[in-house]
Amino acid sequence: MGAVKSTTPFAGTPEQEKSLLETIARLKDQKGSLMPILQEAQNIYGYLPFEVQRTIALNTGIPMEKIFGVVTFYAQFSLVPKGKYQISICMGTACYVRGAGDILDKFKEKLGVDSGGCTDDGKFSLEACRCIGACGLAPVITVNDDVYGKIGVADVDKILAKY
Amino acid sequence: MDMINVKVNGTQVSVPKGSTVLEAARLAGINVPTLCFLKDINAIGACRICVVEVKGARSLAAACVYPAADGMEVFTNTPQVLDSRRKTLQLILSSHEKKCLSCVRSGNCELKQLAFDLGIEDEDYFSGENHKYEIDDSAAHLTRDNNKCILCRHCSAVCDKNQKVGVIGANERGFATHIGCAFEVGLAETACISCGQCIAVCPVGAITEKDSTGDVLKAIADPDKYVIVQTAPAVRAALGEEFGMAMGTNVEGKMAASLRRMGFDGVFDTNFTADLTVMEEATELVERVKNGGKLPMITSCSPGWVKYCEHYFPDLIENLSSCKSPMQMFGAVAKTYYAQKLNIKPEDMVVVAVMPCTAKKFEIGRDNQSAACKLNEGSAHCEGNSDCKGKGSIPDVDISITTRELARLIKRLGIKFNDLPDEKFDEPFGIYTGAGVIFGATGGVMEAALRTAVKLITGEEASDINFNEVRGTKGIKEATYKVGDLDVKVAVASGTANADELLKKVQSGEADYTFIEIMACPGGCVNGGGQPHVPGHIYNFEDIKAIRAKALYDSDAACELRRAHENPAIKTIYDEFFGKPGGEKAHKAFHTSYVSRGL
Repeated sequence: MGAVKSTTPFAGTPEQEKSLLETIARLKDQKGSLMPILQEAQNIYGYLPFEVQRTIALNTGIPMEKIFGVVTFYAQFSLVPKGKYQISICMGTACYVRGAGDILDKFKEKLGVDSGGCTDDGKFSLEACRCIGACGLAPVITVNDDVYGKIGVADVDKILAKY
Repeated sequence: MDMINVKVNGTQVSVPKGSTVLEAARLAGINVPTLCFLKDINAIGACRICVVEVKGARSLAAACVYPAADGMEVFTNTPQVLDSRRKTLQLILSSHEKKCLSCVRSGNCELKQLAFDLGIEDEDYFSGENHKYEIDDSAAHLTRDNNKCILCRHCSAVCDKNQKVGVIGANERGFATHIGCAFEVGLAETACISCGQCIAVCPVGAITEKDSTGDVLKAIADPDKYVIVQTAPAVRAALGEEFGMAMGTNVEGKMAASLRRMGFDGVFDTNFTADLTVMEEATELVERVKNGGKLPMITSCSPGWVKYCEHYFPDLIENLSSCKSPMQMFGAVAKTYYAQKLNIKPEDMVVVAVMPCTAKKFEIGRDNQSAACKLNEGSAHCEGNSDCKGKGSIPDVDISITTRELARLIKRLGIKFNDLPDEKFDEPFGIYTGAGVIFGATGGVMEAALRTAVKLITGEEASDINFNEVRGTKGIKEATYKVGDLDVKVAVASGTANADELLKKVQSGEADYTFIEIMACPGGCVNGGGQPHVPGHIYNFEDIKAIRAKALYDSDAACELRRAHENPAIKTIYDEFFGKPGGEKAHKAFHTSYVSRGL
């Protein structure tokens, strides 16, 4: 059981709430509506904190625990906010044997966050991901939609400096 | 019924179409072991303990969910089947905290029994990384230890499906999967109603009631305390199961005998105050009907239901009867009337309650449950005692234990339960009518109240006192009774999922009942969260609720007095002390208030 409540205070806007309530109203009477509601909620807020899950629970009648169970089951859902720039370190076999672990460690050190975490200013979030299918570029990382291949520990500062 | 033919281990059996292989095997005289399967609510085929060979199938099949088909050949005990079950069990055992010697379920753990039945020779066959989970003991009524959990999901199934509460469930995935609450908070922070149904269905020692047996023994051993005990109606219908007796055996006499041998100063019956509750509640109902009070009135004996109402239907709190439960009324009588009669201080009296219920452990700590303080405002005890202001520091009931805890006490003290003679409760609070007995089954409170309400409304006794329409284990029952000129529309629900369904109709105005009885546990108290554990091979094949309830209805039928208002001891306490039902003194002692708790 890791930390489940984000330390970042919830800062949802009235527009986001309106959009979430519309989404729930549109989907809630369909069978199996929880997954699409959660997906859209995450698109609206970037993550699924307590406040968002509670809004979903109260407006659908689905118990909070069931929602939390689904959110923690699927890796695609996040309980902590994502940064403006999302750094993903590929941990596929090829990248791993070519030093992805060291690169991940360097990012952790530079950003002061763990894998799955987000910097306090909300600028960067860091995660280790499964093979992204670019083994020819190993070790490979992505920052949002930018791809950096064949990098080493020494490149980490340069990459961060671009953002 | 359409039948199909299935061969189980070479024996031909005819089974109803739609049966599972598990049911077909049972009809052929074979018990296929299960761990995760719970009839109607948890057919998930997840634990793989019930695997069998089906001729022609590619791999072993989970009998609990595999449909039987005409001409099918099933083998339940081939070496491959037994080997698979053993491996699965060893894997489960590898991440189970095997503190069996000190585990409260040591005597009836389904996992331990299965290990024995399957001939497990090495419980540490697979060893590896293990979790160390924190124990959740935040709630008043239970302790949850994930280190012993086998992830069968019985608890989350009853919580979600039977109770529509859904505060515990599976979080995360794979090896990290564990049962917990949303955002990993303690159970006390959730809208848990304390019904304890999760405890009753846990096959292992992962969810257990908070044990108060030590407190009981301590009180009995204290020479300065006058310790009396009361037992709820439903306890006598199930306690015998803990001592190898057939389900549905009424053990009232042996229970009274064993409590006397434990050393209680008075051995009494909650049936007595069930009769008292009828007097107060029927009076309240008639008042509400005559004076345009809030209707439908809803019963308030079940503390699990009361908490459910406070969390999930706060707008119906005014509909709840203000009557305390029979358990609390007993404490109220004991610590006022009886303490005065014995000339002892209420604070020197300890009231122990044996209940089929875990929500009672929560109920005894509720606000406004202290008749001794309420009736003695300004007394030496309460004056200057800040704890007494509004709340009262002398609780009506001090300790509430479950049927299971009572069995544990009897065993611990070496009392030979089965060999005891049948004894009677002590007087005066051992006297009861048939109305009090049936409080332990769904529909019983309704029937008991109607028997007296008829008299109160018409001035005459009901011609037929068997209100058969509200009997039986159906989740929701409805009836209309002609009482004098009134059409009294009643409804009964048990299991809070059924209550939810019924109350939504009340909220929408679709239904216009006069009186509703709700019990939190499916089937009522006989199937309460504090009742003896029933292993899967019985739970899935027997109608526990009906069998236990029959013991109570048989007892009612055998009673000479069957209407609460005929109870002579009840008449005495009103005459000598409490005045009249619903009167000022009775109101102070026997009525309470509720709070909205939110979600």
